[in-house]
Amino acid sequence: MQRYMKIVANIDKEPVNKETVIDAHNISKVYNPDTIPVYAVNNVHLHLLKGEFTALVGPSGSGKTTLLNLIGGLDKPDSGNIYINGVDITQLSSGELIDFRLKNIGFVFQSFNLIPVLTAKENVEFIMLLQGAGRSERDDRIKQLFRQIQLEDKLDSRPAQLSGGQQQRVAVARALASKPRFVLADEPTANLDSQSASNLLDIMAKLNKEEDITFLFSTHDQRVIDRARRVVRLVDGKIVSDSAAVATEHA
Amino acid sequence: MWLVKLSWKNIWRNKNRSMITIAAIFFAVILSVVASSLQDGIFGNLVKNIVSFYTGYIQVHKKGYWDEQVLDNSFRADRHVTRKILQVKNITAVTPRLESFALISSGDVTKGGLVVGIDPAKENDITLLKQKLVQGRYLSDNDRTVLIAQGLAGRLKLKLNDTVVLIGQGYHGVMAAGKYPIKGIVKFGSPDLNERVLFMPISTAMDLYGADSMATSYILSVRDIAKLQSTAADVQSSLGADYETMTWEQIMPDVRQHIQADTNSMKYIQGILYLLICFGIFGTLLMVMVERKYELGMLIAIGMKKGRLAVLLMLESMFTVITGCVLGILVSIPVVYYLNKYPLRMGGETAKAYEKFGFEAVFPTSIDASNFITQGLIVMGVGLVLSLYPIYKIIRLDPVTAMKR
Repeated sequence: MQRYMKIVANIDKEPVNKETVIDAHNISKVYNPDTIPVYAVNNVHLHLLKGEFTALVGPSGSGKTTLLNLIGGLDKPDSGNIYINGVDITQLSSGELIDFRLKNIGFVFQSFNLIPVLTAKENVEFIMLLQGAGRSERDDRIKQLFRQIQLEDKLDSRPAQLSGGQQQRVAVARALASKPRFVLADEPTANLDSQSASNLLDIMAKLNKEEDITFLFSTHDQRVIDRARRVVRLVDGKIVSDSAAVATEHA
Repeated sequence: MWLVKLSWKNIWRNKNRSMITIAAIFFAVILSVVASSLQDGIFGNLVKNIVSFYTGYIQVHKKGYWDEQVLDNSFRADRHVTRKILQVKNITAVTPRLESFALISSGDVTKGGLVVGIDPAKENDITLLKQKLVQGRYLSDNDRTVLIAQGLAGRLKLKLNDTVVLIGQGYHGVMAAGKYPIKGIVKFGSPDLNERVLFMPISTAMDLYGADSMATSYILSVRDIAKLQSTAADVQSSLGADYETMTWEQIMPDVRQHIQADTNSMKYIQGILYLLICFGIFGTLLMVMVERKYELGMLIAIGMKKGRLAVLLMLESMFTVITGCVLGILVSIPVVYYLNKYPLRMGGETAKAYEKFGFEAVFPTSIDASNFITQGLIVMGVGLVLSLYPIYKIIRLDPVTAMKR
């Protein structure tokens, strides 16, 4: 009940009349369709507005990562459509999807996945180089991002020289470097200790609030769920609860 | 440019693996260059030996002489012919010979032998006859003396300064007879030559055979051996149909066949070497792909185009292959030069086989730059073709599958 109240309280803070960032219609993903079909995602509808800070929760095997992969354009649904800022990404070719991801989606992975031979600064700069950004633009953005993730003194450190929490903060900066429409984070705190997880969440919440960046996490972590303004629960590939819907009902 | 930097950094992320790959390419290049230089060197040496034996690179005869080697098939050795030959590009020297058979006698013993009239100075320029002198002195133009092969001298029980008697048939059937003091004894590697040859100045031979101003052959030396065939053709067309021009390969076809057979077996050895290089490089590429599968999937996920990723991996392969090749070539240069200066020496059956041809079983390397470049480029080509494999894998790479732990 206490958690429910927290979610509702968070939803109450949600501004109204925001633009739609993610609009997933009836999406399904089936494995082994010809033998024993397994629905990893089953007829899911998900609508995310700009600036939402949403946690996708559920037990292992509930389809969280598959749903994130579908929304992130890494995988294609067997049925349904996914609109990102009005573009149906299910209709894009794999080459177009790569380009679309670069321009529109930021990714944060569970195991940080920084490029080990590059410094923290170079890891963040990498995305902007892929986008073809100019030097001054890159320098300005890097300065801003490292201030936001509070790692201005670690610009030239290699990933191996950083703690897990610091690496994940650099990963968040990399995800934001391309100024994406939204950030998908697959269990971002799973490999972090409590203090590092708390710092990371503070930073992400701040970015969400100050820059109006949309975040969608998949997580088991109660600390993340507690900080989320919206919680979508998935069981056996189906959405069984959505705090946004609860909030709407309350309204 | 940032892709180049990133690829260079990636090479050194796993130093041991990169060093193993570079070392494999490095040793492959050295082996390949040394094998190729050795092959070229051996055959070059073989040809040089043949030429310095006796035949020269190219011979000019009167048409039909090679089929019927008699004095009546000789030609007038005037300056006009020599000038025509020397006008052909790539010809460096010409010397006339007057050759015929005669009975060579020392009193008690008589043997059939080959009497060769030579221009002593010019002959030495081409066949290095003076170097074969083991006793006595070399001939001068107007000497009425002879140089006798060591084996023949032994058979005839002749020593330096003894007199040798020659009897034979001269030009147009005249009687040829004379006696000549032995000025020097020469030694040939070829048992055939060592047992039967005798040299005298060409003017003395003309007197002996009654063949004034005549020659049976011109011996030619060339600057660039690679242009041997075209040079022979140029000489032939310059002299016209009254003469026949033959290269050493036509004169000694058995040696040519021997070289060809050896070249072919060397090709198989090099083929095996290249195959080993392929396995070495391919094994590393497979390791790279397995090790970095997750990371490559992640790079595609965050928006790196597959084409760019392929270029990145190609650059990594190129750096590795080129580094190995350049280091291999650099190290192989002193190795090849050393083996050229201090050639390998064979013993046993190999040595005997070579001695049959009259050569020392010494195998120097060729220091021709083309060997370094060609072998380096072949290994580099093999490496670069194999590095297409990661590109193939990347084109097929699915980021979701690649990122599954």
